[in-house]
Amino acid sequence: MEVMTKNLLTIALATLLFTLVGCGEKKSTSDAQLLTGAVSIDGSSTVYPITEAVAEEFRKIQPNVNVSVGLSGTGGGFKKFGRGEIDINDASRSIKKEEVELAESNNIHFVEMLVAYDGLAVIVNPANTWCTEITVAELKKIWEPEAQGKIKKWNQIRSNWPNEEIHLYGPGTESGTYDYFTEAIVGKSHSSRGDFTASEDDNVLVQGVSTDKNALGFFGLAYFEENKDKLKLVAVDNGKGGVLPSLATVRDKSYSPLARPLYIYLNSKAGEKPEVQTFVSFYLDNASKLVTEVGYIPLTDEETAAEKAKFEEFIKTHSAAK
Amino acid sequence: MEKLFSLNHLKDKAFLITGVISTFFGLVVLAIFLANIMIEGIPRLSLDFFTSLPSRRAENAGILIPLIGTIWIMVLTSLMVIPFGVAAAVYLEEYGAKNKLASFVEINITNLAGVPSIIFGLLALELFVRFLGLGKSLMAGSLTLSLLVLPIIITSTREALKAVPRTIREASYGLGATKLQTIQMQVLPSAAGGIVTGIILAISRAIGETAPLIVIGAMLYITSPPTSPMDDFSTMPIQIFNWLSRPQKGFIVNATAGIVVLLSITFVLNGIAIYLRNRWQKQVKW
Repeated sequence: MEVMTKNLLTIALATLLFTLVGCGEKKSTSDAQLLTGAVSIDGSSTVYPITEAVAEEFRKIQPNVNVSVGLSGTGGGFKKFGRGEIDINDASRSIKKEEVELAESNNIHFVEMLVAYDGLAVIVNPANTWCTEITVAELKKIWEPEAQGKIKKWNQIRSNWPNEEIHLYGPGTESGTYDYFTEAIVGKSHSSRGDFTASEDDNVLVQGVSTDKNALGFFGLAYFEENKDKLKLVAVDNGKGGVLPSLATVRDKSYSPLARPLYIYLNSKAGEKPEVQTFVSFYLDNASKLVTEVGYIPLTDEETAAEKAKFEEFIKTHSAAK
Repeated sequence: MEKLFSLNHLKDKAFLITGVISTFFGLVVLAIFLANIMIEGIPRLSLDFFTSLPSRRAENAGILIPLIGTIWIMVLTSLMVIPFGVAAAVYLEEYGAKNKLASFVEINITNLAGVPSIIFGLLALELFVRFLGLGKSLMAGSLTLSLLVLPIIITSTREALKAVPRTIREASYGLGATKLQTIQMQVLPSAAGGIVTGIILAISRAIGETAPLIVIGAMLYITSPPTSPMDDFSTMPIQIFNWLSRPQKGFIVNATAGIVVLLSITFVLNGIAIYLRNRWQKQVKW
């Protein structure tokens, strides 16, 4: 009896050992496992800060995986993505038809995962009592290139607004925020009047609007949240009444057109690599915390869970198809 | 007073003053620029700044990766460009002085020197990154920069070879040396000072280049320094550019500190070039 127990114990131990060794050889994707390899990412400069933050945190748990994050812009990134040159593309819009075709012609399958929302706030000075909501058409009238030197007074925009000068503030023309605002409002990216106070430093804009009664400006919602006491938010009316930007209205898409979703796209071939899988899974798990830190609006818990499920399903179908 | 200073005297004085102002204008601008950079950048320099990885938080970010990238670029570019550049110059100066091919090549080298660096970037993107499949690796980057500085090395080497007196060559032939022996044992050693100076100046130009590297896709966030020529990379000027484009004040300070480092590297290289030139000039007496 005693011998048998001993034997059984030995067998049990041996099995356990073999299982452990086996695990090591298979490179299971558990977090405790130290992976090697590389994850190459490119794309939108808007999504870049999120991906950069994720990569920086990821390095703490997987120091041997080389993550590279480029910023060729969403379109530039999709070109590389469609040729299979990169594993993941950061995108501030959905993939276009031609880009899908390029990917398909190279036999690349992909999955789109939502990682955050980007919202823009239109703001005025707290002493401004008249402007509580503004329509998209009025914003266009103020910001379009033709307005330069012409639209100078508040009452030119709405007749019951005061006969006082309007002072405009906005992010520098090099910023993605400016591109996005002009595209959503004027209808053409990178096209607006030039006679406004522009600064790449959002703090300068906050300072400007908070000390100027006749100011009107726009910047990322996160900056408003940090300076609530000094600024007043303006509701934006896109035909359905004024909507104030908030976590809720951005998430339910009623704050339009000044909010947009941000995505990452994963290439199926890259998805087979354990280091890429671990990275994406880490990305989705940690995005909400890091997104807030870099100034965007995180997904709801349900949305995160849904994106995670989509990712796992994608990995499963593609490893099964192999 | 009118007797002492005629109109011509006044003109003379005015010309002198204009000349002095013009001379010092550039220097004053440089001094203001340097002082500005130093005041803002030097306090940020610490050991951590040299050993830290990039970070989204300005105070944690460092230049380890771009610094190593810059050193890689320096070494690889030198390895590729020196043999080609010097050999081409020797051919053009010593062998092909009068043939048509050489004058054709010569015109093109002059043209090449005048091509804006971003064009080299575009060429490299198609040729090295895509066609040769090198990706945005150190290899692609240093090939790009090699093309860019090749004309500089060829031109400066030719100047150095030209400065070697004809008599030295004739004496060498007179002693029965072949052309190769003459070049190897007399001409090249005599011209070495000028050649090395040209090489160093070319390399310091290469490490300061930003545009062509951004075009090939080296504007990157990477989590570990490159360990082989096929790895992705970043360099100092790219890191500085990246930091400058960020809105937070802390990154601007980082960028100025980065500029201090890059300027120091360039000054040291130029210093070595001047030192070598002086040393060789003293050694070689014709």
